[in-house]
Amino acid sequence: MYNTPKTSYSLVGTAVPRHDAWAKVKGDQAYSDDWAMPGMLYGKVLRSKHAAAILRGVDTSKAEALPGVHAVLTAKDVPNNIDISKFGQMRDVGGGFEGLYKALADGKIRSRGEAIALVAAETEEIAEDALKLIKVDYDVQEGVFDPREALKPGAYIVSSEDTSNKIMETKVEKGNVEGAWKDCDIIIENDYHTTPHDHAYLETECGMAWMDENGVVTLRVGTQVLEHYRTIARILGLPHTKVRNMSVMMGGGFGGKEDITVETYLALLTYKTRRPVKMVWTREESLEVHAKRHPEYLHYKTGATKDGKILCQEAHIIMDGGSYTYLTPWVQMYSTINGPGPYNIPNLLSHSVSAFTNNTLSSANRGFGATQVNFAYERQMDELARALNMDPYEIRLKNVVKNGDEISTGFVLEGHIALTEMIKKIREKLEATPKPDRLPDGRKVGRGIAVGQMSYGRLCFLHDSSRCAIRVELDGTITLRAGVPDVGAGQASALAQICAEELGLPIEDVHPFIMDTHLTPLCGTSTATRQLYMAGNACIMATRFVRDIIARKAAKLLDCNPDELTFRDKQIVFINDPQKSIPFVTVVGHVSNDGELLFHEAQFNAPFTEVPDLTNIKGRIHPDMTFTGHGVEIAVDEETGEYEVLRIIACMDCGKALNRNSVEGQMEGGAVYNLGWLREDLRWQKGVTKGNSFSTYLIPTSVDTPDVETVVIESGGGLGPYGAKGVGEPSDNTICPACVNAINDAIGVSFHTTLVKPEQICLALHEKKQRGANG
Amino acid sequence: MSEMIKVSFTLNGKPVTYNVAAQTSLLRMLRDNYNYDVKCGCEEGDCGTCTVLVDGVSHKSCITLAAQVEGKSVLTVRGITYGDDEAGHLLQKNFVECGSIQCGFCTPGLIMVSKEYLNNGGIADRSAIRRAISGNLCRCTGYKKIIDAVYKTAKEIGREERQNV
Repeated sequence: MYNTPKTSYSLVGTAVPRHDAWAKVKGDQAYSDDWAMPGMLYGKVLRSKHAAAILRGVDTSKAEALPGVHAVLTAKDVPNNIDISKFGQMRDVGGGFEGLYKALADGKIRSRGEAIALVAAETEEIAEDALKLIKVDYDVQEGVFDPREALKPGAYIVSSEDTSNKIMETKVEKGNVEGAWKDCDIIIENDYHTTPHDHAYLETECGMAWMDENGVVTLRVGTQVLEHYRTIARILGLPHTKVRNMSVMMGGGFGGKEDITVETYLALLTYKTRRPVKMVWTREESLEVHAKRHPEYLHYKTGATKDGKILCQEAHIIMDGGSYTYLTPWVQMYSTINGPGPYNIPNLLSHSVSAFTNNTLSSANRGFGATQVNFAYERQMDELARALNMDPYEIRLKNVVKNGDEISTGFVLEGHIALTEMIKKIREKLEATPKPDRLPDGRKVGRGIAVGQMSYGRLCFLHDSSRCAIRVELDGTITLRAGVPDVGAGQASALAQICAEELGLPIEDVHPFIMDTHLTPLCGTSTATRQLYMAGNACIMATRFVRDIIARKAAKLLDCNPDELTFRDKQIVFINDPQKSIPFVTVVGHVSNDGELLFHEAQFNAPFTEVPDLTNIKGRIHPDMTFTGHGVEIAVDEETGEYEVLRIIACMDCGKALNRNSVEGQMEGGAVYNLGWLREDLRWQKGVTKGNSFSTYLIPTSVDTPDVETVVIESGGGLGPYGAKGVGEPSDNTICPACVNAINDAIGVSFHTTLVKPEQICLALHEKKQRGANG
Repeated sequence: MSEMIKVSFTLNGKPVTYNVAAQTSLLRMLRDNYNYDVKCGCEEGDCGTCTVLVDGVSHKSCITLAAQVEGKSVLTVRGITYGDDEAGHLLQKNFVECGSIQCGFCTPGLIMVSKEYLNNGGIADRSAIRRAISGNLCRCTGYKKIIDAVYKTAKEIGREERQNV
């Protein structure tokens, strides 16, 4: 009802600059670290040197005695050290979805870098000196670092609270897998592995906190989940009204600022010292301790007819949850449901188990479980095409879901499915020029494609909602209030654009005030590619409520019906006679004078379902899906193993591109983000992160990627404003398998891991040569 | 206690003197004195977020000692914003209009290296721009729209255009 397509737009669909772009380009945008207060202390975290240990004791006496130190806190100083992790959902959903959350280590140390103690001191240097004076008595344990080992009987138990390392087990099943294998002409079976991946936003985790004059613990910390204030309040034993986050624009998030980062530590330190406290994590700290993308071990078995129709597929997934639960069960839902990919497979089984290990914890990272399985099923699809000597486009066209088809859980999507069109467009674009076998410099050339699906909007059983408020000022400008965390993807600006579109105003006339837990209506998390869908719809509801009041007043003044009028160029005009109009601001004056409402706060609810049976997930688990694809061309130097991505074609059905620059920006940035996954190596060794700086953990630079060529499809078939779908996370999922497929096309080596560095290509080519010589 | 030194230099056209500990980096000196337009991304010289121009040459301020700018001229992004350098303003406008900005955290540093590229006679050549900005990381954009903005600016200030194949 709130998605009535408009026939013409003035702002929607354009590349209008975001409301905050000028502040950022001028150097005026303040982030979490760009604040200071008189009397401010510096907070530092003492982190475990060992990945697995029993914490025997912590002696803080020497640190406390150091001049300039105001507080040294350990687990015993935390009012409620143990809680459950929640991510802004309204209720406990059960089913293992709420995991243990500890503010500070207690009992077993579960990963290297786990927080043991906090210090607040007058300078950063004194705080660092104090950390060195804290004596920790560790009883070092063997630990377990591979989830497959962790699940075996007799494995080292990671946690002091559980008796098993298993976090969750879940399954999606359809048809009769066992019975279907016999009907297949071909069966292929492969193991895949995806590596941990860091978000590597350029702004590390940081912020400050202070006590306000009424005893409210006040934070200024950029976070993707404002609703964490509730968890912080529980940890401190305070009512929800006494913890506030006046949050601020983030220097990137990508899921890495979805979990609590510095907030709890800052709140504890400021509550104890009654002084403002600042904390900034170093890059090393950020790379070592914040959550990573789940490493997964995936076993795929696929059966098809000789003409390429898939009859049957089994996926068994083992996920490394790392040290704590955090979002593992949620990520696992995404991996399990998306396990079969966007294919119409009559008989399927997607089974997953997650386990604790003593590795850095795993949690949200752009792609959220969908990206790991996307790698596996798209590599598997290429393997199948090769085995059948089939064209990689044809085999996909033959099997992809179309409108009206069921997805793995038996649910039929309400939104549009544009996969067929996408595959054809990618092919057309990639094959516009014939593929050379080699470049003039001798490098071998290969091409690859991959498609994928990912939801936008949260799991429906979380009963997600979002709010937005509009107030019309008497000069005809608009104050928009929204608790919308902005990670830099333009979340807030999109709301301003929607509001301006609806009221026929320039975007400059709408000012968004955002991200305050207690002054702006909570929009819910900037996660799950949900914000445009959820807050966007809430914004349309709020704006149209106010617009209707103004339209009725204008109709009265113009002696006509409201439906004869439209809002355009700061005027309210007759649709059929655009010369006749009345200024928007004039009507606003009349509404105000007559004592009618010029404000409204609206709430949009996503579809609600109940928690599914995890042993056999059925039905609507997500509101809808976004479908994406990448086509790439790669050149491989067979001598050095070095490869260069020559072309990236990114294709997506975004439903409706509200802001063209923002949609392309997500598609370009998403492609390069996961292009990095191929080479970014955290080099975990027994829980130690060796890739802990930007000189060892190498994210793509401008010379490591070509210009991404975007192909935007606008089917209008999404559940967001004006038919939009979510684009943020889905934009990165298919690049990695497309590249590895292209490498295979170039040199005939099939990699089953996401980590493909030149040395691995060299080694694989060497082995291939050996096999050739021996065979 | 570490030795304190006095550093006098020109910051965005104005003479300043800061008292700092001798080992202080240029980045810390600037940020400790509320020049928050200079961002800190790694403090190890890897990401380029803190790039400023010292006598017209780009420096990663986190691995430049404060003492090194004694008597020199330091330009940060606010120096462009509030200065009268028209090419700099055009560069900023094109970053805004080309959609080169997402989270914006890398933007001040990228403006500075782009400015250096144009100051040194850089032309509208995507490959050359790509190389010129390669010391500055951006995790959001995939770089294309940043290169678009520098290319457009070079063209608009009358520089030669070179199409890459």
